[in-house]
Amino acid sequence: MSVVEKSLRGRRTLSHLDWLESESIHILREVAGQCANPALLFSGGKDSICLLRLAEKAFRPGKFPFPLLHVDTGHNYREVTDFRDYRAAELGERLIVRNVEDSMKRGTVVLKTADESRNKYQSITLLEAIEEFGFDCCIGGARRDEEKARAKERIFSFRDDFGQWNPKDQRPEVWDIYNARVHKGENIRAFPISNWTELDVWQYIQREQLALPAIYFAHTRPVIRKGGLLQPVTPLTPAQPGDIVEDLMVRYRTVGDITCTAPVESEATTLTMIIDETATATVTERGATRLDDQTSEASMEQRKKEGYF
Amino acid sequence: MSALEQIPEIDNGLLRFITCGSVDDGKSTLIGRLLWDTRAILADTLHAIEKTSLKRGNAEIDLSLLTDGLQAEREQGITIDVAYRYFSTGRRKYIIGDSPGHEQYTRNMVTAASTANLAVILIDARKGVLTQTRRHSFLTKLLGVPNIVVAVNKMDLVGYDQATFDRICSDYVGFASKIGLHDVRFIPMSALTGDMLVDRGDKLNWYVGPTLLDVLEATPSAHSERDERFRFPVQYVCRPLRADRPDLHDYRGFMGRIESGRISVGDEVIVLPSERRSRVRSIQLGEMNFESAGAEQSVTLLLEDEIDISRGDLIVKPDELALVTRRIDAMLCWFSETPLDPRRKYVIRHTTREARSMIEAIAYRVDINSLEEHPVDGLSMNDIAKVTLRFAQPLCVDSYASNRATGNFILVDETTNNTVAAGMIV
Repeated sequence: MSVVEKSLRGRRTLSHLDWLESESIHILREVAGQCANPALLFSGGKDSICLLRLAEKAFRPGKFPFPLLHVDTGHNYREVTDFRDYRAAELGERLIVRNVEDSMKRGTVVLKTADESRNKYQSITLLEAIEEFGFDCCIGGARRDEEKARAKERIFSFRDDFGQWNPKDQRPEVWDIYNARVHKGENIRAFPISNWTELDVWQYIQREQLALPAIYFAHTRPVIRKGGLLQPVTPLTPAQPGDIVEDLMVRYRTVGDITCTAPVESEATTLTMIIDETATATVTERGATRLDDQTSEASMEQRKKEGYF
Repeated sequence: MSALEQIPEIDNGLLRFITCGSVDDGKSTLIGRLLWDTRAILADTLHAIEKTSLKRGNAEIDLSLLTDGLQAEREQGITIDVAYRYFSTGRRKYIIGDSPGHEQYTRNMVTAASTANLAVILIDARKGVLTQTRRHSFLTKLLGVPNIVVAVNKMDLVGYDQATFDRICSDYVGFASKIGLHDVRFIPMSALTGDMLVDRGDKLNWYVGPTLLDVLEATPSAHSERDERFRFPVQYVCRPLRADRPDLHDYRGFMGRIESGRISVGDEVIVLPSERRSRVRSIQLGEMNFESAGAEQSVTLLLEDEIDISRGDLIVKPDELALVTRRIDAMLCWFSETPLDPRRKYVIRHTTREARSMIEAIAYRVDINSLEEHPVDGLSMNDIAKVTLRFAQPLCVDSYASNRATGNFILVDETTNNTVAAGMIV
């Protein structure tokens, strides 16, 4: 299309990844400039791995102006939590881990049944950590393309002192002036990669040659086909009588609590193969991987209101 | 299987655009169609809207459901906020700011337009230029969106009639020139059937111009393209002081994003408001060093001299100064449900600087339907007015018309911490 080349010739256009990276760095630096005591949520997952790379670009040669924080359900894959610890140590940054199990011991988290997923209770443990350390801002790796309820999320999202997100109580976000002012007890959730898609994340990981936990690449794993998803067979999620267990080549598109994160069938053992698969995927990241989101289209919005990240 | 979100081979960067119109104009259908025809919709999303369409008794899939977001608004059947959508063509990544067209949501359109580089203004071919068309056009102009496309939609309902299209175009041009809008591009289309969005279709052969996607692909993406003056608001000062790195003992990195212009190592710079001078010693990002850097890049500047610079300062070049002032005239859009109280002070946030401010005078309020100017004593939600503001400390400003980044600001209520207004410096 000659009209494209003509109008762009001689113009210095940033590539889409450069533009996204620059925007994310700008957001991280705004958090550092405006907030007294922020934290960056780092789980060892691919989105927060990107956040760490962005933070390196934003703040090196200085230390990060925030610690890393992980709320651990105790039901995460070992490869991922090992990677989390390894990466934090490699960066020389402080990692704070707070456990849902400790909230259970304190009695602030009460499971309805012993085998209930702890995933949704992360929000309670997170709020307890926010209170313990007095964080006024938590930086997270959520993206607007992940889910309908997130399409309207602000980059600086306001939470009241119960950690609640109210869609009607969000601040207008004009240009790229962010307003992180809060009263004591309230806080901001800042999402530097709001404008990234799943494909952008994978392309950035490849460009920056970022290391990832091994379960993001295709490997053989025992799984059960359930409701269109693959449920991994683990000590936490054992096969039930009548289940047909298959050993399949799978990879994780997203990693999280074992009880609610499903792998997808895949042959992709390299980043290039993952990118090709992502570009031709027919199901959204959440749709393919979340064992708990199936009940209601609006379930995410509901959980966000309750303080879920 | 075809690539759904294609990997760019030629990377023409990223374009942000908005769509202005109401549901009745087929705006949601237009966005749904763009996402659909560029294959940005995945099977499970489609399945979900298929179910919803059936539930509502529609035989065909309602593409507008793709852009309906929150439970609350689905229940009310309206869009109450700005939603952002993403798609990619293989050449370029797009961010759509989807704002509702209702009059009471002026602030949403202002929000969406503030970051947009192109606006698609929808007109229903059966109805022609309406009051809301004027409103959308005025706001687009006010927010300085540099590229405007008027999409004359629902051509299928007027028999793809060229005379209808021509009449709407000439009506629009007559009105647009009055508000200073020039270089508007017109495209006849049908979002429902897809004619002239991504594919040309075969019903509009009398139209020889580009499709909507052609225009999107060809529009320059840099939002600050017009201003060549170097503008670098300092966001954060990096002083590592690490015991393990004695080599960094004197390191002072000034971190920020270049909002416009270019800078090279060796360039002379001046820091506002202090007016201290120095030269650029190096330009860094993370471990990387650059000889020069330009608009929209986040970098860290190191200067040759040890001068006191903090967050909120503006680094410029000596022959391209910004105005350092304690008083400005501005167009203000009031966002808050709580009306402006002229006796109160508000915090103004401009680039990375904050100051206390007060509204000294309201020159007039613009009726965004008639575009008439009326004298007023106060402002309430969605009002747009010309005001004079005074600050407790000096700000380093440009006019919004010359530089969107250094010409904009927000006002914050000190009590609630809410963002109550957005402003554009005249």
